[in-house]
Amino acid sequence: MPRKAALLFVTALCSLGLASCGGSDDSSSGPLTVYSGRSEELIGPLVSRYEASSGNDVEVRYGDTSELASTILEEGDNSPADLFFSQDAGALGALEKEGLLTELPADLVDDVDRRYRSRAGRWVPTSARARVVAYNRDRVKRSELPRSILGFTDERWKGRIGWAPTNGSFQAFVTALRLLRGEGGARDWLEGIVANDPEVFDDNEPIRDALAKGELDVGFINHYYVAQARAEEGADYPVEVYFPPGGDPGSLVNVAGIGILESSDKQEEAERFTQFMHSREAQEHFARDVKEYPVAAGVAADRRLVPLERIQQPSLDLSNLDDLRGTLTLIRESGAL
Amino acid sequence: MTTAALRRPPRGLVVGAVAVAIPVALPLAYLAYVVAQDASLAWDTIWRDQTLRLLLRSSALAAAVTLGAVAVALPLSWLVTRTDLPGRRVWTVLVTLPLVIPSYIGAYLMVSALGPHGLVQDLLAEPFGVQRLPSIYGFFGAWLVLTLFTYPLVLLTVRATLARLDPQLEEAARGMGRSGWSTYRTVVLPQLMPAIGAGGLLVALYVLSDFGAVSILRFDSFTRAIYASYRASFDRIGAASLAALLVALMFVVLWLEGRTRRRFAYYRTAPGAARRPQPVRLGRWRWPALAFCATVTLLALVVPVSVLVYWSLQSVAGDPNWSEISSAAVDSVTAAGLAAVIGAVCAMPVAMLAARYPSRLAAVIERVTFTGYALPHIVVALTLVFFGTRVALPLYQTLAMLVFAFVVLLLPLAVGAMRASLLQVSPRLEEAARSVGRGPLAVLRTITAPLAAGGVAAGAALVFLTAVKELPATLVLAPIGFETLSTEIWTATSVGFYERGAIPSLVLLLISAPPLYLLTTRHQP
Repeated sequence: MPRKAALLFVTALCSLGLASCGGSDDSSSGPLTVYSGRSEELIGPLVSRYEASSGNDVEVRYGDTSELASTILEEGDNSPADLFFSQDAGALGALEKEGLLTELPADLVDDVDRRYRSRAGRWVPTSARARVVAYNRDRVKRSELPRSILGFTDERWKGRIGWAPTNGSFQAFVTALRLLRGEGGARDWLEGIVANDPEVFDDNEPIRDALAKGELDVGFINHYYVAQARAEEGADYPVEVYFPPGGDPGSLVNVAGIGILESSDKQEEAERFTQFMHSREAQEHFARDVKEYPVAAGVAADRRLVPLERIQQPSLDLSNLDDLRGTLTLIRESGAL
Repeated sequence: MTTAALRRPPRGLVVGAVAVAIPVALPLAYLAYVVAQDASLAWDTIWRDQTLRLLLRSSALAAAVTLGAVAVALPLSWLVTRTDLPGRRVWTVLVTLPLVIPSYIGAYLMVSALGPHGLVQDLLAEPFGVQRLPSIYGFFGAWLVLTLFTYPLVLLTVRATLARLDPQLEEAARGMGRSGWSTYRTVVLPQLMPAIGAGGLLVALYVLSDFGAVSILRFDSFTRAIYASYRASFDRIGAASLAALLVALMFVVLWLEGRTRRRFAYYRTAPGAARRPQPVRLGRWRWPALAFCATVTLLALVVPVSVLVYWSLQSVAGDPNWSEISSAAVDSVTAAGLAAVIGAVCAMPVAMLAARYPSRLAAVIERVTFTGYALPHIVVALTLVFFGTRVALPLYQTLAMLVFAFVVLLLPLAVGAMRASLLQVSPRLEEAARSVGRGPLAVLRTITAPLAAGGVAAGAALVFLTAVKELPATLVLAPIGFETLSTEIWTATSVGFYERGAIPSLVLLLISAPPLYLLTTRHQP
């Protein structure tokens, strides 16, 4: 009897499989295909609202930003994606450099502050985030913090720092450091931090949580991780953020953004989707739900955040943050990876 | 006395095995192609000090986990097959169950339970004032977690062999006055070596390819360097050259395993049916034996499942999306089920050739099928992206493609199980059938297949259990909207909602129960 049951099971599976394999395959009239490195949690509700208001279908493949960018790089001209929604400027820069992104129309580019967009006009930001020094206020006094992120190479920070050398935002920061302080300056900083025996993490969130638990004293992360936890945990939450002043590389402002693939045959549709992400509705969503800084439609940031204008960010063209290969070499050579 | 004609493999078998090996070897072709794009850059990447250091670290971890897994699995398998251990059948299932816990979930749960300020420390902090547990991060934590969740691979292969060993040999040894331990060492252990080798091989290669557990436990491994190449700089050439090095290491491990395969028969030659051996009476030793089984079960099963249940209860209060979870369960079963069936079919000619007609060609084919299993899943996924968009566009990102990816990743699991069961079927039966004029395919159908059916089922079950928890290839290659339990778990945990990932994780464990049952009840003495 079990053999008969197994046979039945196999037959059922195979027919199920065939049914799903034989799905219709229309490319030009089908739905808009988005590869999103931003989470479903964040983008899903906006996509549904866009579908309802525009009457067009959107299909989203969610994944890790850099793995999706690597996928698009392998796919080349045959990519099923029409549009890439990236978590950071670096991945967009990599696609731009390979000539995979199309030039965007002026009205789309002009929606946003010129500081935060691609110089070649091939991708636009959708929201911004700041690098911060996060610290546990029970273990570190604000007055102890150095004026610049470069000060953390001092020996008294030994064994107290958390960082994530494989994280895209961190690497964008190192690229900025190279642009602002030269290769030598960036190398000195990396080697100085490595000498201070930092705890290595894969991502920002575990750094924040380790800070909250008092396992670490300071960590280099993005502002919204702390803002989100604070909104949930209330005023008792022991992690604070610090923006090193005076255009310090430690206060870099980076963006999430969208690029449209040159190989897409739905350019107009993709532009409409991008426009929607700049609408008041979408920008308010980013500001309220993720505590990021809005970049378009005159929407204000969460009032508990340090306003974007007050952050003394370094002056930098974000398009230049795409030289990650040099950064990675430097990070590797310094022994951080 | 076999004639040359009988020793030569049927042509259909060779064609079948080659037809399986070629698509499964696609990652090799991809790596060669990418590395050739800029050979000097690839060379530079390989010759960094960093590369060698990471390779040594990962090899050390793989060796330590393999030894640990054997050290846990060997006594366990003996206890549950050959002794009067109380509750033997229940223990058999309990000690195999950790196999279904994905190592990335296991690692996360271990950190939550045993990490700094984790559940265990919180429990101990009040009454005992424990401020700090020994650190779970780094080499020790990675070793512990990977050992706990991979030892069942050794247990399964060793237990199957132990259950079928002819007791006559042991009885003869005892009869000649050898002690129990001496008999075990000189008679039983040598016969178990191929099973230990086969299970250990799967463990070692799994550890080399694992990314999830080592990254959560902050152990800087070789796979982390490969992922970092993609993540940090979209450096496919660097990543591919490191992956190629991993393939080279895989061949070294395969060579080591080959040395455990002695050339002697594993099938019975004497007339009569295999008898069940008399169970060893444990006597007073049953208490330490029970304590051992209980400790392993506690660490590898009770701790992680308790955390999952605790979080699930919290998440039930938050009104989970049951329809989403159940549709994810259907998608998981569909993809993993198809992979199990197709994987078992593909494994047949390879296992048959390796077990019955050992030759250089058979060895090459069998080893090549390990490529996908030994590589980080993202490398295999990108291989299929590369070939899929260039030569099989209509199939790209369809369910067929995903199932194919699972087969490339997991084929050795099925081949190993089948090969082991084929080795226990006497070729004399097949030879007898051929000598009365049956064709090779008829013999395969009427003699070999029915006798090796257990191995086929076991191989399919192993593929199912592993495919159902696969993540990186699923994210890239599944059809859009095809959401499995593992992608559900990823969706929840990647934005920090660990509680929300708990229910899909538990459902994943439940789905794994039937194939696991199949695996553990087979060869039950």
